[in-house]
Amino acid sequence: MASGVKPRVKVPKSASAGEDIVIKTLISHPMESGQRKDSSGNKIPRSIINRFTCDFNGENVIDVTLEPAISTNPYFEFVAKVPEAGEFKFTWYDDDGSVYEEAKSIAVS
Amino acid sequence: MKIKVLTAVSAALIGSAGLALADPDEDQLVINGDLEIVTEAAAPDHLSDVMDTIYSGWRFRSDETQELEMDDFDNPGMIFVDQAMDSWASAEGSEGKSCASCHGDDPSESMAGVRAVYPKWNADAGEVRTLAMQINDCRENQMGADAYKYDSAPMAAMEALIAVQSRGMPVNVAIGGPAAETWEQGKALYYTRTGQLELSCANCHEDNYGNNIRSDHLSQGQINGFPTYRLKNAKLNTVHGRFKGCVRDTRAETYSPGSPEFVALELYVASRGNGLSVEGPSVRN
Repeated sequence: MASGVKPRVKVPKSASAGEDIVIKTLISHPMESGQRKDSSGNKIPRSIINRFTCDFNGENVIDVTLEPAISTNPYFEFVAKVPEAGEFKFTWYDDDGSVYEEAKSIAVS
Repeated sequence: MKIKVLTAVSAALIGSAGLALADPDEDQLVINGDLEIVTEAAAPDHLSDVMDTIYSGWRFRSDETQELEMDDFDNPGMIFVDQAMDSWASAEGSEGKSCASCHGDDPSESMAGVRAVYPKWNADAGEVRTLAMQINDCRENQMGADAYKYDSAPMAAMEALIAVQSRGMPVNVAIGGPAAETWEQGKALYYTRTGQLELSCANCHEDNYGNNIRSDHLSQGQINGFPTYRLKNAKLNTVHGRFKGCVRDTRAETYSPGSPEFVALELYVASRGNGLSVEGPSVRN
């Protein structure tokens, strides 16, 4: 069970219709790879975020599979086209079954 | 004759290339597009014999590392500020108090300017105290909680939360009056060679800043940016944690984080940065 997990996203508050905007996301997470051993030689079980998705008004923008070699606090920065006002929904899926969600609205001027 | 001329030209070229590498770069640090940070200032009076200008370590880092500090979203150190904000509001210890119980819900009011003047003489205790010592004094004597380990993760995070409230303000630690004795002790430590390599702080950070020590671009060793998020260990590092690493690298037995020696050294090193902006949590490699 990962502790201290906290998602963050940065989306502009407004854009012009059809504009490409930069979205930054970060989730604080240890991303324990499952390859390490503790001081007494026991394997530390894998505990990572294994999937990240972003949807805009119900339409998928990106869907990412994360692997154990991705380091702590995974950060994604990507570009999305905004055709209309709406809401970006971000979802992170944890190995332990937890799902972390965050949403940001954007206005079109 | 011609050969000699060529040799002289190439020597000059090598010389100038070396100089270019030796200087800190000319970049300006502006955080979030509006907070201007002073990364270059006239050296404080007590350094007038040894250097004219002081530079933040930010100026010695690569553009990629510098960029991380220019936006709070990109700065990994801000994650720990968020964590400390949770600790700020949660009650711990026998008195049922949190930081917020005494200092208010918003540290940006009560803690503004604090980081800029620490380490600082505490008249009641009759000693120079670092920010970490003051945090633990609060925890033990006001909250009835266990002290944080001096260079632990929760301590570094709390220091970062307090530092960020003073970001952009000039470092201004007092070195005279009752703090003078501790400051002199710190100065003596700064110039004392230690370890099998017989290096003092000054050998690298005063005599050779700007030069490379193997692949590392040496800075002046300023601590205005602490606590510092280091890419090499992906966590916040405290001043004393860094001192320990430096002294260890001279192949010496180090003083402990929180020891009187490191407190004195912190006061002295902080005073070498009087005039630079508080930058913490900064990003370094």
